[in-house]
Amino acid sequence: MTSVTDAPPLRPLTEPAVRRDIQPEKVLSVRGIKKSIRGKMIIHDVSFDVRAGEIFGFLGPNGSGKTTTIRMLVDLIKPTAGAIEIGGFNVHRHPEEALRHVGCIVENPEVYSYMSGWENLEHFARMQPGIGRDRIDEVVAIVGLEQRIHDKVKTYSLGMRQRLGIAQALLGRPKLLILDEPTNGLDPKGIKELREFIRSLAGQGMSLFISSHLLSEIQLMCDRVAIISHGRVRAVGTVDELVAQAGSYVVWQFDQTEAGRRLLAEEGVRLVANDEHQIEEGILAPMKEPIVAQMPAGRIQDLVEKAVRVGIGIRSVQHVAPTLEELFLRMTEGESIG
Amino acid sequence: MDRLLPLVQNETLKIWRKKRFYVVVLVLIILIPIFTYAQMRISQTNAQNFKDWRNQVMNQINDYQSTLASDSVPEEWKRYRRIAVQQLQYYLDRDVNPSTPDAITFTRGFMSGSVTLFYPLLVLAIASDLVSGERTTGTIKMLLTRPVRRWKILLSKILAMMLYVSLIVVTSFVLCYLISGVFFGYEGWDAPVFTGFDVSGAQVDSTNVHAIPQWQYMIMQGGLIWFSSMTVALLALMVSVLLRGTAASIVTMMAAVITGTILGNMASSWESAKYFFSVNLDLTMYMNGSPPPIAGMSLPFSLTVLAIWAAISIVVSFLVFTKQDILN
Repeated sequence: MTSVTDAPPLRPLTEPAVRRDIQPEKVLSVRGIKKSIRGKMIIHDVSFDVRAGEIFGFLGPNGSGKTTTIRMLVDLIKPTAGAIEIGGFNVHRHPEEALRHVGCIVENPEVYSYMSGWENLEHFARMQPGIGRDRIDEVVAIVGLEQRIHDKVKTYSLGMRQRLGIAQALLGRPKLLILDEPTNGLDPKGIKELREFIRSLAGQGMSLFISSHLLSEIQLMCDRVAIISHGRVRAVGTVDELVAQAGSYVVWQFDQTEAGRRLLAEEGVRLVANDEHQIEEGILAPMKEPIVAQMPAGRIQDLVEKAVRVGIGIRSVQHVAPTLEELFLRMTEGESIG
Repeated sequence: MDRLLPLVQNETLKIWRKKRFYVVVLVLIILIPIFTYAQMRISQTNAQNFKDWRNQVMNQINDYQSTLASDSVPEEWKRYRRIAVQQLQYYLDRDVNPSTPDAITFTRGFMSGSVTLFYPLLVLAIASDLVSGERTTGTIKMLLTRPVRRWKILLSKILAMMLYVSLIVVTSFVLCYLISGVFFGYEGWDAPVFTGFDVSGAQVDSTNVHAIPQWQYMIMQGGLIWFSSMTVALLALMVSVLLRGTAASIVTMMAAVITGTILGNMASSWESAKYFFSVNLDLTMYMNGSPPPIAGMSLPFSLTVLAIWAAISIVVSFLVFTKQDILN
């Protein structure tokens, strides 16, 4: 996995805003788009709005149509039906006006590897009026690439290419920044920096559209989210609403695992066998003998007290969010979606 | 137009930074001395055998005429020989050496001999990569998501390509002149060349033949080479838009170009082959009076055929490029 530790951290433009102003104004509006490729329907029905100043998550498993949708947003693919408007302009009928307000990275940050970072930025600056040297300097400083900007891009790490891609996307002072799986290939430190960076951009009034297949990532970054699977948007809402609908697990660790398990069972807590839950492996792996339960959060206090009374030591109790797969499972089971 | 100029600058810069043009220059620098040396050996042999160039030309005429009498020589060849004999005779009658050993004459021969295969190859090194190169590396996604209409992007690529095609023709001339001049001397600018032979069947009509200084001949020839190279470049662009891969585009185009050369040699009996673009690439043959490979071909005909192929390429390239979905 490529690391970004060889580059200075992405620095937030301002202190991360505590509360951001999300305007009702729609920066991006997607209405009923469909796409069939070679006779096969890939996108059945996708609609959502992104408002000014919000971080909008686009969540879906791999192959659900995320990238295809993003390609339609930026006029790489024409939708078979439906309309996409950016800043009030139809992307496919008025690409010059619409894309003026957009910066994007589709899939990987692809830049010309035989040129330096600076030359790449100059190249893209020439494609829009009114972007001069000073603006290039500015975006280079924003992504913290000053040290290496005159080196050939082929010597960059993935993290640095990512920064260069973001710098390129920011050149035209976009109202909307579209990032496709931006944390792919970054190490945890890089992911954290990116998250802060994204928040600081939103703090300045920019809207961000971020796709991901990881619920946890979207949860940490986004204000609202659209969930897509099999080419259909299943739900649009705030992240908290959606996660609350999916319910979560409570994972217990006792010093006497068997006694603990008996206690929970006696108290009528629904225990979930290891092959039934779909918690990400990485979360449970470091835990010693975890017991996964489904129960209202309000009962935790009560159960802890009972355990202490009968002399069962508690190592930990924690909430674990369901995985994206689980969220889908529930949504497609026909439960109501906000 | 003011928005187009920076785009052309971008495309020109990318080709330059990709070092495609270096490759072209490198190939020229390696190949030209090889041909120069070969030509030098021929000149030396001739100089040993013939004290005077007139003897050499007469000897050549005699050679050709003796093959005309032979039954084993195919009729096709005989036609070429008959025409060559008449032209050589024309030079001899007017006391003009048809192949003076100087740098300009050598360059003229080299360039006109390169027009069917070598120039297309050099042009393909640049043209086949223009669109497909961006697709292979994925940079096309960055390029097409900027607020610039696709037709402008393609137009800027075509203009940059034109620039490099012109540069290839000029550079090949300069390099060839400089390198061969070391051996043959930097002369021959004013040497007369006869042009305007009207070849019909096996007969040469010399009523329109006139002498022009070699420098003028070179400019005209250069223009024709540019025209046929540009046609190849535009076709290569179309193929690379359609096929999306650089290697596949080069192979396809090279196959088409070579097919033309082979068809030109097999020639004659299949007349509609003359509408194929690569049969028409050798525009310089009309200037030096070589017989066209297929009956009914003439300079205006070949120019028209190439222009139509080029126009179709441009239309198809624009239609596909502006409409196609970028899926990879």
